[in-house]
Amino acid sequence: MRALVIARLVIREGARRRLLLALLVLTLIVIALTGWGFSRIPGITQRGAPLPDTQVKLIASQLLILTMFMFSFVLAMAAVFVAAPQISGEVESGTALAILSRPIGRTEYVIGKWLGLTALVATYAGGAGAIELGVVNAVVGYIPPEPMAFIAFAIAEGLVIMTLALMLSTRLSGMVGGVIALVLFGIAWIGGIVGGIGAAFDNATITHVGTATKLILPTDGLWRGAVYALEPQVITAVGQGPAAAANPFFATAPAPLPFELYVVGWVALVLGLAVLSFRAREP
Amino acid sequence: MESVAPAIRTDELAKRYRRITALAGLTMSIPTGDVFGFLGPNGAGKTTAVKLLLGLARPSSGEAWVLGAPISDRSAHRHARRGIGYLPELFRYQHWLSAREVLRVHCELIGLDRAVWDAEIKDAVGIVGLAERADDRVGGYSKGMQQRLGLGVALLGRPALVLLDEPTSALDPVGRHDVREVIRELKGRGTTVFLNSHLLTEVEQVCDRVAIVDKGRVIQVGTLAELLVTDSVRIRATGLENGAHDALRAFGDPQSEGDWLVVRGVAADRVPDLVKAIVDRGGRIHAVEPRHESLEDRFLSLLEKPGKGNT
Repeated sequence: MRALVIARLVIREGARRRLLLALLVLTLIVIALTGWGFSRIPGITQRGAPLPDTQVKLIASQLLILTMFMFSFVLAMAAVFVAAPQISGEVESGTALAILSRPIGRTEYVIGKWLGLTALVATYAGGAGAIELGVVNAVVGYIPPEPMAFIAFAIAEGLVIMTLALMLSTRLSGMVGGVIALVLFGIAWIGGIVGGIGAAFDNATITHVGTATKLILPTDGLWRGAVYALEPQVITAVGQGPAAAANPFFATAPAPLPFELYVVGWVALVLGLAVLSFRAREP
Repeated sequence: MESVAPAIRTDELAKRYRRITALAGLTMSIPTGDVFGFLGPNGAGKTTAVKLLLGLARPSSGEAWVLGAPISDRSAHRHARRGIGYLPELFRYQHWLSAREVLRVHCELIGLDRAVWDAEIKDAVGIVGLAERADDRVGGYSKGMQQRLGLGVALLGRPALVLLDEPTSALDPVGRHDVREVIRELKGRGTTVFLNSHLLTEVEQVCDRVAIVDKGRVIQVGTLAELLVTDSVRIRATGLENGAHDALRAFGDPQSEGDWLVVRGVAADRVPDLVKAIVDRGGRIHAVEPRHESLEDRFLSLLEKPGKGNT
């Protein structure tokens, strides 16, 4: 299976070019800082008395969502930076010529790139998420309701933006593809907020705009799924106001199964487009 | 040799990019085991032809067969690529890997048995002179070393066909000499070599047959002997009788250049008779130099540019 040769090259490149090392070191520093921040929560006093345990956990849960938002943003940026020049860079430099003249198909080449990037995204999202959750648990004794679901959603969000950037990389230079992917990521995020506002004011048009952006690039929908997995029940029970949907750090409901299936189909479709696009490209 | 299928055959192979015609109907056949020079000025369509043969680009029309596999049949062509080594004109390899690791990746891509990788890599780095630097990162290599690595990559797995696109563009004279030796060694093994070059002397020294291409078409193809006629001879002769020149006109057009006598338009097989005629007329022969038309002269004349003069 020659796709695996390409996948291993992608992973090795990540390791050799110190990308993973840089991300790891920075992530560990951020985790240490946030860990220190979380450790201060139990020390907060209200009228001289320490906060009750439930309130400590409530604050921790909200801070955790903000921290994880930052991680998801870093993950999206890193995924785009690595994926956007992945194919275009090799074509432009000529590296692709020596590889594609071997008995390897274009499909295998693109799938191999995707598999390698998937491993990098999953390693980073899984690793950083798990360590952060572990540190928060250690310092304030808080575990979100569904840590595994959160990690799965975070990985899925990274995969979606990475797949888009890789598809763009079959045709556009790394810089152009990267900028487009990040702009779309931003639009999807804003679209989620806009859709929430539409729902709050019961405006069908604005709601549809939100839904459309969520479907064009499902990163925000996945982020909401991740947030829901981090929310303790007390929050979801209290915050049911209609405007809550516009808050990007809040989810009113778990990601519906059809949406999850849609995401799987979306990734398959965009990856398929990447293969078709690259099959027709002449390096 | 006639009974063996050609290593490469093309039939009206053409490639157009919108309004630009990169290759306009290439028809040629390269016998197995030949060292074939593909010569042409920049923009003649040489690299396009190589990319079409390797399946890196698709033809606008026409067909080609490489090691028997038609390029239009993706799966057959892909299988055939196991037997092809390629050094691209734009040679770049993963700079974060060592040369040995790059070669390993290619062993795996070719589908070589893991048991032979080490021996193959040892052979390849030995032949191209990188044995001592094989474990260094490619990022630290000079351009010449990277081109040597590219040649090593192309030699892995003892391919039946090796396509070299301007293989000495980054090499110094020693490197160029080494590449010629490698090509000769490949020929000794029975490997077909397709050498894309605009370095005429290089082609002249190693190729059995040459095609001259211009504006996407082959304008002449043949062995070097066929392409380059011997059409003049320089003879250093002293003591010639007066009027000897008139007698020599039967052979060609004699002219004196100091001690030298240059006779143009002499067929190669008449040179001994010419020498005898000079001796018969009292001449003492010190040197005889049959002059080949150089490939460069031929190349320039075919491209309808003023030749440098071949005498």
